[in-house]
Amino acid sequence: MNRAVIPEGPKLRKISPSRIAIYVFLGVSAIFFLLPVYVMIITSLKPMAEIRTGNLFAFPREITLDAWAKAWSSACTGRVCEGISPGMLNSFKIAIPGTLFPVILGAINGYALSFWRFRGANLVFTMLLVSTFVPIQVFIFPLVRMMTATGLFGTLPGIILIHTGFTLPITTLLFRNFYAAVPEEMFSAARIDGGGFWSIFGYVLLPISTPIVIVAVILQFTGSWNDYLFGLIFAGRENQPMTVLLTSIVTSQYGEKEYNVNMAATMLAAMVPLMVYFASGRWFVRGISDGALKG
Amino acid sequence: MALPVSLRRLPAVIAMTPTIFFVVVVLCFGLMWTVWTSFTSSKLLPNNNFVGLEQYVRLFGSDLWQVAVVNVAVFGLLFIGGCLALGYVLAVLLDQNIRFEDGFRTIFLMSASLSFVVTGIVWQWLFDPTFGIQAAVRDWGFSNFRFDWLTRKETAIYALVGAGVWQATGLGMVIMLAGLRGVDQDIWNATRVDGVARWRVYVYVVPAMIRPMIATAAVLLSLTAIKIYDLVVVMTGGGPGISTEVPAKYVMDMLFQRSNLGQATAAATIMLLAISLLVGLPWVIVRLRQSRSVGGGQE
Repeated sequence: MNRAVIPEGPKLRKISPSRIAIYVFLGVSAIFFLLPVYVMIITSLKPMAEIRTGNLFAFPREITLDAWAKAWSSACTGRVCEGISPGMLNSFKIAIPGTLFPVILGAINGYALSFWRFRGANLVFTMLLVSTFVPIQVFIFPLVRMMTATGLFGTLPGIILIHTGFTLPITTLLFRNFYAAVPEEMFSAARIDGGGFWSIFGYVLLPISTPIVIVAVILQFTGSWNDYLFGLIFAGRENQPMTVLLTSIVTSQYGEKEYNVNMAATMLAAMVPLMVYFASGRWFVRGISDGALKG
Repeated sequence: MALPVSLRRLPAVIAMTPTIFFVVVVLCFGLMWTVWTSFTSSKLLPNNNFVGLEQYVRLFGSDLWQVAVVNVAVFGLLFIGGCLALGYVLAVLLDQNIRFEDGFRTIFLMSASLSFVVTGIVWQWLFDPTFGIQAAVRDWGFSNFRFDWLTRKETAIYALVGAGVWQATGLGMVIMLAGLRGVDQDIWNATRVDGVARWRVYVYVVPAMIRPMIATAAVLLSLTAIKIYDLVVVMTGGGPGISTEVPAKYVMDMLFQRSNLGQATAAATIMLLAISLLVGLPWVIVRLRQSRSVGGGQE
């Protein structure tokens, strides 16, 4: 396999003009993806005077955390001026149960659909699959009515229920596809040993489910943290998540906009998913390709 | 073990009851409720006064809705096309045994972990004519540089596309990269013998080989595009004028600002119809063809 005998044609692993072109293109793309984040960070560290006179891309002459302090605790969302901090707690209060319930239920569902093929299991599976395609706008009006009728509209349990319901199909599909790859013999052996529905789940399948649990948790958590529409409609004034508060801070300013405060608030809202992203590394990538390709 | 089979499966059914309840009762019932309401004269309060297709006639007669439909089509095509094209190029380049592959991939995918609200606010700032990129570049001496897309009616929709592509390209890239990793390496030996340039193989041969991944990415991106709402609300609020209105925002505005249930549900039903025809139907056809080609056994 001596490639040198072929006189023409590009070869791998050689510093050629095409190699350089590849790195240049990747570098330029990296700038395109990083620049907005860079601008967001430096703008949040500048005082307004410098934003008005200086260049957008220039590093701050004078670094100040005033905008961050204001964004955190005193920026106004309409009439209330408490900053974005209440939203952080609310987002956790929504995203943590909004992750646990769909993941736990999704695991059970995926297990039931893969191994306990009860009558109608295929129908349920198909309906779950189809439901992931339906635009949420179709359900808003009936859901508002149903939630109001049950007294759940604008409450914390209400918004958690909404998150759980709408992401359940996705977590179920994730787990169902993961369990579909588990050898059937493992399950039948456990059945012969007298294992029941729950004991087989707990002793046989759960211990091997760690990878898919991690993937599902990451996807669910960032997904419910980043949600805007459900939070806006169903969370109610008391439980507004960060995304909703952020939008009110940015859109409700009168007079000159405080861009540094806006950027600091945006950074604060972006921080948790970014931390999850950088901490999870390859798992996030896996989550996206698993979630997408097997659906 | 005298239990009949159906009874032994009972725990599975019980465990799935909440899900079945949600899917059947909430989703199916909710969907039918919405479709039914779109055939009534409901305004602020729902009523059962059947008016046939009147809401739909009014919907398609409205300027706002027509603009919204055109916008979502333009946005969708450019957004999906942009994410797929840039995502494919990046995936191919990352697949060339390059150094710092992990670093580049981490950078390209980072924005996908953010919310559209965050993306929208950042890009609105970059597009700001007085302080944003336009001002910065003019400051460097290019005094004719224009980057005021957001403030002009004809261009605002393209600003949304730019922000959308920034956010979602990484998603497409990762999915297609997974596909490239599965491409049979023999193809390179075969094409080298034939003297075919590597880039030609990437343009003409590889896309066909990773078609399922491209299709998956396209489906995910089109679902995002048809439902696009947060990005518009944050970046333009539908403006300037009504130049960036979109169907999802039409539904929301009709529900919560104009108290027009009939219009909101009719618009939502059309959105559902559009997704079924543009995304659902091709997807089902592809699935059926796939399962037939492997003998119908595989699910």
